[in-house]
Amino acid sequence: MRTVLAVLRKDLMLELRTFETLPAMVLFSLATFVIFHFALGRATISGQLAAGILTVTLLFASMLAINRLFVADREQGGFDAFLLAPVDRSALLIAKAAALFTFLVVLEVIAVPAFGLLLLGPSLGPPLGGLVVLLALADVALAVIGTLVSAIAVQTRARDLIGPVIGLPLLIPALIATARGAGPLLSEHGQGFPPGRWLAILALYDLVFALLAYALFDFLLED
Amino acid sequence: MAQEPQAIELRGLARHFGERTALRDVTLSVPAGATLAVLGRNGAGKSTLLRILATLLRPHAGEVKLLGEPLPRRAFAVRAQLGYLAHEPLLYRDLSGRQNLRYHAQLHRASEERVEQLLAAVGMAGRADDPVRTLSRGMVQRLAVCRAVLHEPRVLLLDEPRANLDPAAGELIEPLIGRPAGLTRVLTSHDPRSALVEADLVLGLREGRPAFVAQPNQLDEQRLQALYG
Repeated sequence: MRTVLAVLRKDLMLELRTFETLPAMVLFSLATFVIFHFALGRATISGQLAAGILTVTLLFASMLAINRLFVADREQGGFDAFLLAPVDRSALLIAKAAALFTFLVVLEVIAVPAFGLLLLGPSLGPPLGGLVVLLALADVALAVIGTLVSAIAVQTRARDLIGPVIGLPLLIPALIATARGAGPLLSEHGQGFPPGRWLAILALYDLVFALLAYALFDFLLED
Repeated sequence: MAQEPQAIELRGLARHFGERTALRDVTLSVPAGATLAVLGRNGAGKSTLLRILATLLRPHAGEVKLLGEPLPRRAFAVRAQLGYLAHEPLLYRDLSGRQNLRYHAQLHRASEERVEQLLAAVGMAGRADDPVRTLSRGMVQRLAVCRAVLHEPRVLLLDEPRANLDPAAGELIEPLIGRPAGLTRVLTSHDPRSALVEADLVLGLREGRPAFVAQPNQLDEQRLQALYG
């Protein structure tokens, strides 16, 4: 736990010093909402269309963070320095996933209200609790799979391509569950909580990939 | 009486990168507290040998024992005893020296007092809060030395330890990584003559193969020139 906190603290300090990732994610999301606003030619949207646009935008924005997650470690020797330490290597997986999860939460704190202002017809107030639960589960999937994919991608020359090429197909089930779960929340007079089956699918997906990542991560760090 | 294990034992060590042989048939022993100098031209395999000893690379053939523990199987057991000063400083450029060292101290279970003690010892206390990217190469090298010895290792692997250092800075790091530190050391240097002064044993590498394993007083100018020629 101490190692996880040390790596997480270091990653958050690096982001606060450089602002390389979060501002890009936020700007990407806001620009996408504006583009949809004009491209759809509609003042407001709701229901499944709104859920799809919100989910896909957050997914693509997360790719920016996934592509950069291990770059400083690879380019500045952080990988080697970590491997030299007498610590459990899975601490790096947990810390990186926690850092990515934190970036996603910060992104959503800004991007979801902006989505409500720029595109969404119905008020965000009533479904907010359900949306938070749904997005939290989706963020776990993005964080775990994103960390795994990023650890693979950073070992390759074409790391900017590998992230989306491997990550997006792996994230399709999570995308479907998030979008379908959010659809009823964002409709006119919608529900206050997402359908249980989509939450269950997301939770199961999180669990399976968390176990898979835990089992595989050590091998990814071997030379 | 049981014989004390050698600090480092290599037997038939080999490592490849694809088709290229980086190391082959390296066999030697280094007693505890001794210094091994690894000499050779660029690309001779010096850094590869250090990375294998640092547990960062797996050998493809042969045996490696560090402090009596076979590598890579028991790598975890020896990492706490190993300090590695790499060719790169292994420091985050956007963090300060103090932040970097505190991070490494947490990974190695070293104290913050040790960080401050080392920063003072290498004359970096005054610049410890500046981002590493704003420091001179010599200053970064001094921080890298601090990182390598933070956890008080028993074996030090030093890849060009005095690169970028002026004589005054070289004197500052001497108590930490020099002979007075009393550690088992493996060092590479671009300057064979300075390495010979520090060494108890010398490994000459030519294209990944040992050209000689000898004591410094057994080496003459001709053998050194043949290694670098």
